Amino acid sequence: MGFDFAVVVPYLGSLFQGAVWTVIVTCAGGALSLAGGVVFAVAALYAPWPVRWGIKGFLWLFRGTPLLLQLFLIYFGLVEIGIDLDAFAAGILGLGLHYATYNADVIQAGILAVDRGQMEAGRTLGLSQGQTLRKIIVPQALRDMAPPLGNNMIALLKDSALVSVIGVAELTLSAQLAISQTFRPFEFYATAGVFYYVINLGLEAILGRIERRTQVAR
Amino acid sequence: MLNERPVIEVRHARKSYGAVEVLRDVSLKVRKGEIVAIIGPSGSGKSTLLRAINNLDPLTGGEVWLEDTQVNEALPPRRYEAHINRVRQDIGMVFQHFNLFPHLSVRGNITLAPMMLKGIGRKEADELAEQQLARVGLSDRVDFMPSQLSGGQKQRVAIARALAMKPKVMLFDEATSALDPELVEEVNLVMKQLAEEHMTMIIVTHEMGFAQDVCDRVLFMDRGLVVEQGPPDVVFRQPRHERTRAFLRKHLQLRD
Ligand SMILES: Nc1ncnc2c1ncn2[C@@H]1O[C@H](COP(=O)(O)OP(=O)(O)O)[C@@H](O)[C@H]1O
Ligand SMILES: [Mg+2]
Repeated sequence: MGFDFAVVVPYLGSLFQGAVWTVIVTCAGGALSLAGGVVFAVAALYAPWPVRWGIKGFLWLFRGTPLLLQLFLIYFGLVEIGIDLDAFAAGILGLGLHYATYNADVIQAGILAVDRGQMEAGRTLGLSQGQTLRKIIVPQALRDMAPPLGNNMIALLKDSALVSVIGVAELTLSAQLAISQTFRPFEFYATAGVFYYVINLGLEAILGRIERRTQVAR
Repeated sequence: MLNERPVIEVRHARKSYGAVEVLRDVSLKVRKGEIVAIIGPSGSGKSTLLRAINNLDPLTGGEVWLEDTQVNEALPPRRYEAHINRVRQDIGMVFQHFNLFPHLSVRGNITLAPMMLKGIGRKEADELAEQQLARVGLSDRVDFMPSQLSGGQKQRVAIARALAMKPKVMLFDEATSALDPELVEEVNLVMKQLAEEHMTMIIVTHEMGFAQDVCDRVLFMDRGLVVEQGPPDVVFRQPRHERTRAFLRKHLQLRD
């Protein structure tokens, strides 16, 4: 018995639906990971020392443990202390926090690479440290770090498949549901792969555009 | 006029890095509208003194006053932050390497601080930017990015950015040292024009000709001390100290 991709056709609608959820989870998780990355990076560099060390410990823990475990912890574990997130929220939170720790690393390096004179120029005008960071330092750090941050976003897209295990009906879970009805794993996983690939192409096109913009603006 | 407070007064400034004394009891008064040049060999403490005036490099001893406000007043951290940010709005500073914000247009460089700190709107800020750019002769560059400007133009934008805060005094730390020789004059012209407008200025410079032409008073520093000061004609023509003479011999020779 060979492969028969005709079996996929009736399920294309639900796979497409799953792909839409993958895009939504990726965008939301990505946005959270960038915002969180900036907050963690600034806190790890500039917060008073108790906060700084707390954040550093948290970053170290989150980077050093598997995303899958973190998703379980957030979705199943937090219920014990009364935080009952739905799968969708838990998935976005897990992905977002996990990648925020990677982004924080990149952004910290980016902040440190911004010329010291930029902070001095801002402070000399009368801006506070926070204002200077927000308006002058962080935008430059993000600009210079666009390529590595983009790579993290692509990794996040691929890891979004993991949220299927807590029941988010994204692309991978949609494929699995179809397989449970048709017993055709190859056809559906391969088709899901094509969907991921197409989403990835779209993401890369957007990232490429952002990178070109930031190149021009220097 | 005579008993008016100086705009800037430095009293017995001391600064050390570990065991190294970089400023050793330096005092300085700058009256309103006065233009003071600071000259001296590299490492003599000129930048440190200038950067102490807005507390970018805090002193280890002594006082800095801006009119009747003590710039380096010892305050609890919270209050110090608010205090220093207010004081710095009145002290413009221009750096050797311009330090323009590369991600912002010329307009953005000039309007950022006034909009954030003076509570003025977009429209008013844009007008302010245009005024200040006209002052430095760069009205046609308002929409350029810093990377599209020459060094001389960058420094003039940096001056416009500082002027947009309407400071009471302007500090220049070797504003033309990083420029190609042919771009020095355009920046000097802007500074001369500020002098004619009676802007109070403290200018660290290695250009003896400029100091002589533009400044009311010249301070010669060496090894953390003000060795000699006076009107340019006196300091340049009849220096009293051997160290001043040696320094001037070297630097006037280099000039052609
Ligand atoms: N952050 C620092 N740590 C240690 N020494 C410093 C620091 N900044 C400046 N110095 C020293 O202070 C002295 C005066 O420096 P500076 O004020 O920059 O001199 P100038 O501007 O006259 O060339 C120099 O000997 C310099 O090496
Ligand atoms: Mg210097």
